[in-house]
Amino acid sequence: MSAEAFLQIRNLVKEFDGHRAVDDVSIDIVKGEVFALLGSSGCGKTTLLRMLAGFETPTSGSITLEGQDLAGLPPYARPMNMMFQSYALFPHLSVADNIAFGLRRDGLPAAEVAARVDAMLKLVQLGAFAKRKPHQLSGGQQQRVALARSLAKKPRLLLLDEPLGALDKKLREETQIELANIIGDVGVSCVMVTHDQEEAMTMASRIAVMSQGRFLQVGAPNEVYETPTSRFVAGFIGNVNLMDGTLVEDEADHAVVDCGDVKHWVGHGITGTLGMPVTVALRPEKIRVGAEPPEPAPEIPAGEFNRVRGTVKDMAYFGSFTVYRLQLASGRILKISQSNTERHGASLTLRDVAWASWSPLAQVVLTQ
Amino acid sequence: MRIGRGPGGRAAVIGIPYAWLAAFFLLPFLVVAKISVSEMETTSVKDIVAWKDGAIAFSLKFGNYLLLTQDSLYFSTYVASLNYAAVTTLLCLAIGYPFAYFMARSRRTLQPALLMLVMLPFWTSFLLRVYAWKALLSEQGLAANAIEAVGLDRVLAFFGLIPGPGQLMNTPFSLVLGMTYTYLPFMILPLYSNLTKMDLRLLEAASDLGATAWTAFWKITVPLSRAGIIAGAMLVFIPCVGEYVIPELLGGPQTQMIGRTLWDEFFSNNDWPMACTVAVTMVLLVIVPVAVFSRYQAEVQERRA
Repeated sequence: MSAEAFLQIRNLVKEFDGHRAVDDVSIDIVKGEVFALLGSSGCGKTTLLRMLAGFETPTSGSITLEGQDLAGLPPYARPMNMMFQSYALFPHLSVADNIAFGLRRDGLPAAEVAARVDAMLKLVQLGAFAKRKPHQLSGGQQQRVALARSLAKKPRLLLLDEPLGALDKKLREETQIELANIIGDVGVSCVMVTHDQEEAMTMASRIAVMSQGRFLQVGAPNEVYETPTSRFVAGFIGNVNLMDGTLVEDEADHAVVDCGDVKHWVGHGITGTLGMPVTVALRPEKIRVGAEPPEPAPEIPAGEFNRVRGTVKDMAYFGSFTVYRLQLASGRILKISQSNTERHGASLTLRDVAWASWSPLAQVVLTQ
Repeated sequence: MRIGRGPGGRAAVIGIPYAWLAAFFLLPFLVVAKISVSEMETTSVKDIVAWKDGAIAFSLKFGNYLLLTQDSLYFSTYVASLNYAAVTTLLCLAIGYPFAYFMARSRRTLQPALLMLVMLPFWTSFLLRVYAWKALLSEQGLAANAIEAVGLDRVLAFFGLIPGPGQLMNTPFSLVLGMTYTYLPFMILPLYSNLTKMDLRLLEAASDLGATAWTAFWKITVPLSRAGIIAGAMLVFIPCVGEYVIPELLGGPQTQMIGRTLWDEFFSNNDWPMACTVAVTMVLLVIVPVAVFSRYQAEVQERRA
């Protein structure tokens, strides 16, 4: 068996009352990878996860784990465990008993259960809390108990349903790294569901962006961020300026897209037909902004390519960076985020006239 | 929400139920307790405090309490009352738990209708319903015929619950049947309200961790419904101990319960002090489980806080 075939999902469909929650999804997941299903609520990501766990029966299609077809296998017989959204810890059992629950179901001898529970408590650094009940723990601690419980049986596949969703923002950032480290140490393969792109980017080795039951794009976090293949993905992940225009030049080494008041010089060919409508995606942090008109990049012919003049309509200072909203002549807004590398850098103020510019490799041209 | 201003309003709000209990429970109880230690004169009860020769004289008579321990009739009726109440409680739990469970797990839209069905018997007088059982269980009654048709009466006779096949009325069987029937809703309702609140994802978590539905039921559902089981058991057990009407209508000579003894002391023997002694002892018997229950509730509250 090749490493590629660890988890195979083939043409998976789930219908609820004629509505397709999961629509013909196929994917191969490699051993040891952390695979994130990213999408807004109702996109089918949770349904897909629940089919993996065995809580939902696929309408059609197959799920194969290490060559074993999981069809018809009830949840309790599947070699995978799930960390539930908001944890679903057993309120009447202590932390240790929660972790031991799965081990006891396997009929392991008491000594072995105790040893395994101890090891798990050590892993999540909750040794001192073994006797506590879940409600006596903080949110972050509960999350670690849930992780320990789902890892205790050494599952071949770990399923994570919004693992950080129940934590507040500050705690989430810390826990995110901790969780990623523990999963990395254990070396378990994971499928996680999240609506939070940051969570997906920091934890996953690959992300599948889902919408309306389908995978729109699957790739490494930087791939999905830097080279989105559709307007939806570009807009869903991170902030982006989306500009509709037409393709006016398409050569092997460059292309030109005319978006009205902005003319894009793109440093690569597009393989489209001239005059076709396209959308240019430009990330705010890839735009430079200043009071003076910028020197055009050497590879761009002189002219009004990749730069535009506007008025600062709004600005928001975030400490490490500032976000500007530049209003162009047409009224269109250009979002720009500039990192504050100097303490007393020359800064723009409201209603200033400013120039925005970007490099020929900053944009992504989207044809769908 | 604040009712009233300052500590006065607060005290009033807390005070009202206390005042109610003091006026309508504690005071009558003290009156009953007083009578229980009084002497009976021909038609009236003698006062326990008397002004005699310029001094206050107390005349307390604890002989009735002593009699309770000496006369095996009282002891055996208490035991029988507790026994029948316990059996009824267990039967209500055995029937009520699956009932409440499937009610709580049925479709949301169906639940109000099922709840209505559980409460429907309350719309008919309790007395009428118990009388109906009399007709159903007497010879050639509908229920009696059905029981005899399936041969259940032979089983009951074998276990000594009825004197012989075909004799269903006025037996321990008819008594327990009547009490179970009457008190079943009091078991189902708290269990239902408890089970319907349960987080079903816990069962998914249990299943995910390798528990079959059966194991998950015993390891998760039942422990989590403990408060409901205790509440239901108390609501059935406590009134059953002092039940008078059902044993009177459905019970027989062998099913003497404490309610009947109480009645006899009051109205046949006209021995009020003895009757009050029996009543006080019964209240004490019933208060013990209530105290256990409220202690458990307090613990739960404390754990939640």
